[in-house]
Amino acid sequence: MAETPEHKSESAEPRRSGAAVTASEVEVWFIREVLPLEAALTSFLRHNWRNRNDIADLRQDVYERVCEAAHVQMPENTKAFVFRTARNLLINRVKREHVVPIEAVSDLDALGIALDAPGPERSVLARDELRRLQDALDRLPPRCREAVTLGRIDGLPGREIAMRMGISEAAVSMHLDHGIRVLVDAVYGAPEDTRRKP
Amino acid sequence: MSEGSPARALSEIEAEAAAWVRRRNFWDFSAEDQAALDAWLAESISHRVAYWRMESGFARTEKLVALRDPKSEAAFAGRRFPVLMGIAAALALFAVIGLGARQFVMHPQDRVYSTPVGGHERIAFADGTKIELNTDTVLRARMTTDRRMIWLEKGEAYFQVKHDPAHPFTVMVGDRRVTDLGTAFLVRRDESRMELAVVQGRVRFDTGTARRPDTLTSGDVLTASGSTVSEAKRSKSALENELGWRRGVLVFDNTTLAIAAEEFNRYNRQKIIITDPAAARLAMVGTFPIHDVAAFTDAAQDVFKLRVENRGSEIVISR
Repeated sequence: MAETPEHKSESAEPRRSGAAVTASEVEVWFIREVLPLEAALTSFLRHNWRNRNDIADLRQDVYERVCEAAHVQMPENTKAFVFRTARNLLINRVKREHVVPIEAVSDLDALGIALDAPGPERSVLARDELRRLQDALDRLPPRCREAVTLGRIDGLPGREIAMRMGISEAAVSMHLDHGIRVLVDAVYGAPEDTRRKP
Repeated sequence: MSEGSPARALSEIEAEAAAWVRRRNFWDFSAEDQAALDAWLAESISHRVAYWRMESGFARTEKLVALRDPKSEAAFAGRRFPVLMGIAAALALFAVIGLGARQFVMHPQDRVYSTPVGGHERIAFADGTKIELNTDTVLRARMTTDRRMIWLEKGEAYFQVKHDPAHPFTVMVGDRRVTDLGTAFLVRRDESRMELAVVQGRVRFDTGTARRPDTLTSGDVLTASGSTVSEAKRSKSALENELGWRRGVLVFDNTTLAIAAEEFNRYNRQKIIITDPAAARLAMVGTFPIHDVAAFTDAAQDVFKLRVENRGSEIVISR
């Protein structure tokens, strides 16, 4: 018994690593485990970065980095990994751009307490999701809202939306594209002002 | 960005991702379109991440369907757009959707309507009849001046028929025939069996053989498989649960995990597989968004302490 080597990782949930991680596994992992962290990640970035216009870019950058890393090896603790990546990214940006963030990037330790516990993000998101979606829908420009309502709530295809609204299919596409982006931001709980659109 | 390369602006990539999501969800999406999307995704991790985020976020906006008043039948097409329910709109709704038309003997008046896996389509006809197509469904409609004929080729559809004795409304399921007598009903066709549930009013059912026609009324559920026909009575709430898909939800009430998984698999490309027979027999109660496979497997994990392994195209549930 004593000579049995201890493998810590075996007691935890085993993750596949190496080339065995397929693209679709990364996709599923990203959608199931990373995206639900978006609200928390966004507030972390906002808290630690002065320029609000950079937040969406930083978030995307974190996503790209964690996905690239996951291709090589799935992290044991997604939440800790995502926030560590975000922190390192901010630190590198600070060094490179010689800018001073609002506060030193020190939140991670405070955050670290919660990193091991399963986060509340998922349930919190689910509870508020419909309300946020409804708010986002209400704030869309009227014609855009009409197109999105016809398409998403009444389930009409684009061609019919165009006929009902008496506008071109290209115009419908434009409204839907804008609506999709705004609603998707709302789904992930992004604060209203992370994105400004013309 | 991270490499300091002149990467394209995120907003541009997000706009493209949103456009793909829009094209996939609101326009006919051909195999060539899919190939173009795959190529775009293969170009960079930025594209993939932006698209995954957009697509799965958009799937979750399905919740908005809840804003449609489920109790009011008028909520669908009628009430929201009373002015628009004229002939023009009805004509527009006749636009042929999708594939599969070649498989059938087509009459010039025939229109084929279809939905992909996970799809949900509503059709309103000029006579006031409404048909809702559930996931993976193909039906053909022939509306002429003297009669109204529907062939349910596969899948499931909910019919709300504007009754008109002068213009009988008939749904053909293979050689079985359902004729409206003033009603709303649900018909589902699998490979080997059909189910007919009368939600409101009456329908007549006959098999095209010597067997005498049955008249079914509200709450009656008929199952036909081979030459066997059986009938049962179902409560109003059980029927409402069965129609949950119209609101974008699956409702389970003392349903075994096996059946619940089978239901999810009808709507989603990622399939749930239960390897343990005892686990498959566990019964559950709950309402889930139709595309939220994760919510279901989380419940299986949390409530029943089962193992859930996500393998990409499938999720395996075991002990």
